[in-house]
Amino acid sequence: MQFAIRYHEFVNVEGEFTQDLPEMINNRALILELYQKMVLTRAFDSKAIKLQRTGKIGTYPSTLGQEAISVGYGKAMRTDDILVPYYRDYGAQLQRGVSMVDILSYWGGDERGSCYAGNTEDFPISVPIATQNLHAAGVAKAVQHRGEPRAVLTTLGEGGTSEGDFYEAVNVAGAWQLPLVFVINNNQWAISVARDVQTGCETIAQKAIAGGIDGHQVNGNDVLAVYYVVSQALEKARQNQGASVIEAITYRLCDHTTADDASRYRPDTELQIAWQNEPITRLKKLLTKHYQWKESDEDALQQDCYQQVEHAVKQYLATPRAPVSDMFDYLYANLPKQMEAQRETALYYGETDD
Amino acid sequence: MTNITMVEAVTKALAYAMEHDPDVVIFGEDVAKNGGVFRATQSLFERFGSKRVLDTPLAESMIAGLAIGMAAQGLKPVAEFQFMGFIYPAFDQIISHAARLRNRTRGRLTCPLVFRAPFGGGIHAPEHHSESTEALFAHIPGLKVVIPSSPARAYGLLLAAIADPDPVIFLEPKRIYRLVKQQIIDDGSALPLEQCFVLREGKDVSLISWGAALHETLQAAERLESQGVAAEVIDVATIKPLDFDTILTSVSKTGRCVIIHEATQTCGVGAEIAALLAEHGLYYLQAPIMRVTGYDTVMPYYQLEQHYIPSVTRIIDAVTNVLE
Repeated sequence: MQFAIRYHEFVNVEGEFTQDLPEMINNRALILELYQKMVLTRAFDSKAIKLQRTGKIGTYPSTLGQEAISVGYGKAMRTDDILVPYYRDYGAQLQRGVSMVDILSYWGGDERGSCYAGNTEDFPISVPIATQNLHAAGVAKAVQHRGEPRAVLTTLGEGGTSEGDFYEAVNVAGAWQLPLVFVINNNQWAISVARDVQTGCETIAQKAIAGGIDGHQVNGNDVLAVYYVVSQALEKARQNQGASVIEAITYRLCDHTTADDASRYRPDTELQIAWQNEPITRLKKLLTKHYQWKESDEDALQQDCYQQVEHAVKQYLATPRAPVSDMFDYLYANLPKQMEAQRETALYYGETDD
Repeated sequence: MTNITMVEAVTKALAYAMEHDPDVVIFGEDVAKNGGVFRATQSLFERFGSKRVLDTPLAESMIAGLAIGMAAQGLKPVAEFQFMGFIYPAFDQIISHAARLRNRTRGRLTCPLVFRAPFGGGIHAPEHHSESTEALFAHIPGLKVVIPSSPARAYGLLLAAIADPDPVIFLEPKRIYRLVKQQIIDDGSALPLEQCFVLREGKDVSLISWGAALHETLQAAERLESQGVAAEVIDVATIKPLDFDTILTSVSKTGRCVIIHEATQTCGVGAEIAALLAEHGLYYLQAPIMRVTGYDTVMPYYQLEQHYIPSVTRIIDAVTNVLE
């Protein structure tokens, strides 16, 4: 028996093709759309950090430098596939009926930010590391149980792949041949712990092999490669042909969250090199060289993204705080009568506390 | 009408639910062909097939996580943890997700599931098989915690738990799985959650208990009767949410209260009941509230377990104490 992990890439840092594009991605409209979505994600992300710095939202995990992953797999998913994300997935969520206002509300301390008006089945952002991978396995089991041609995609960071829940999810995905795709954002850092300290594995993707499922490595700064590899894995899942693990290799150009200061542990030279590899610049070069992308197009795109973000921020800032009763009213389908007195107390003091 | 044990009542309730709701699925370790190590899922695999009765890989956090994902998709998972002593790897999933999913998505996703687990001592089981840690779950907002103590209540409460739209921890006192048989009508009638059951009426003292300890409590009540003491016995059954009204009504009548549970004393559910009585029933009380519980020790391995589990004598002594 031979085990191998394939590495996938189509576009290098110079914006040149490293191999011929397969037909499914040799498409200007698609490439342009992926670029636009990455630029929008970065515009949103950069605004979110500013909102945190000015006290308008709470602690926020940025996705800077990792946009190709969520945008790429998000575009590869069908509307009726189901996403079970972690917390650097805005590029996908924004394509799936989750609004910028939802995401800002969530990090702004409001549970209503996980009650997506535009999506009924996707799971909310998951903070306890890798726990969501098991929910995804359960969702995939339900889909398989009903015989539906749908796929489930779950994400995590490379640090999360040290968790038992990840291994348990990979194992059951293999044992039950679940229609499930794991996308790992290997951004080299789990807060301050570097990737090489995290595991003795040569690749993160090879953890799939132990579970009896496919493992792939993809250049996580190459949105075309992410889109292509994830598309194939999702299609395989939809056809009930089994699960996959995809390790997308990128770099966390930001701090872990706004509460972190990466300069305490991350070598500055490493960061400078990583900036040379980031996903948006290379695609802009590609578009400019091969797809007649002009500076005027770029200006128009930036302006459009800016306006979308500003509009969302305005809406978010104008959203009234949730009523105090909300903390009781969604705990159970029906509030136990034993809790009515506590609810009344909270409402009474809710009028005066602030 | 059939005359059956408590574990058979569990099986009957599962079968009824599966028969009448195609969304009910059962899974866990050894629950399929083997029918569960206590045979609680006996014959369900043969009857309902491998699509609805599944053996899982051996991983408890995974069992809980799978159930959450399936429940969010509209299935009604009834997952078995082989012993409560092995439920702890699933704690994160139960507390961080099952208990919170409805709240944190403001009702967009929900968790209509049941986690079953045999628990408690008294069957000479290996180490780690005999603890009673129900209070850990009773502490968690968003969960319901139900403990049957007879075949009829196991049947009715399990059906209610499966029908409930929220996550229910259903703990089965394995010491009494086959202790007594009882006539039950297998007609799918559920018993209410959120309600205590008054098993015996009396005017002199309220004995509040649940699970296997109820059997010693009832024996104590019998003996006390021969000594001229009329004890009221209440099976709490659902420890969260707690039907305190029934307990208060009883104590307001008797003026005396002894709480009996097998679990360790400190921060046990008995402490919560005593605190509620102190808050709301102080002026009814003619004697201090007493607790007869497992000690604040590690549940001993089986040679000493009978010295840990509350005995009839200890219960009678406590009652004698509050009557003095």
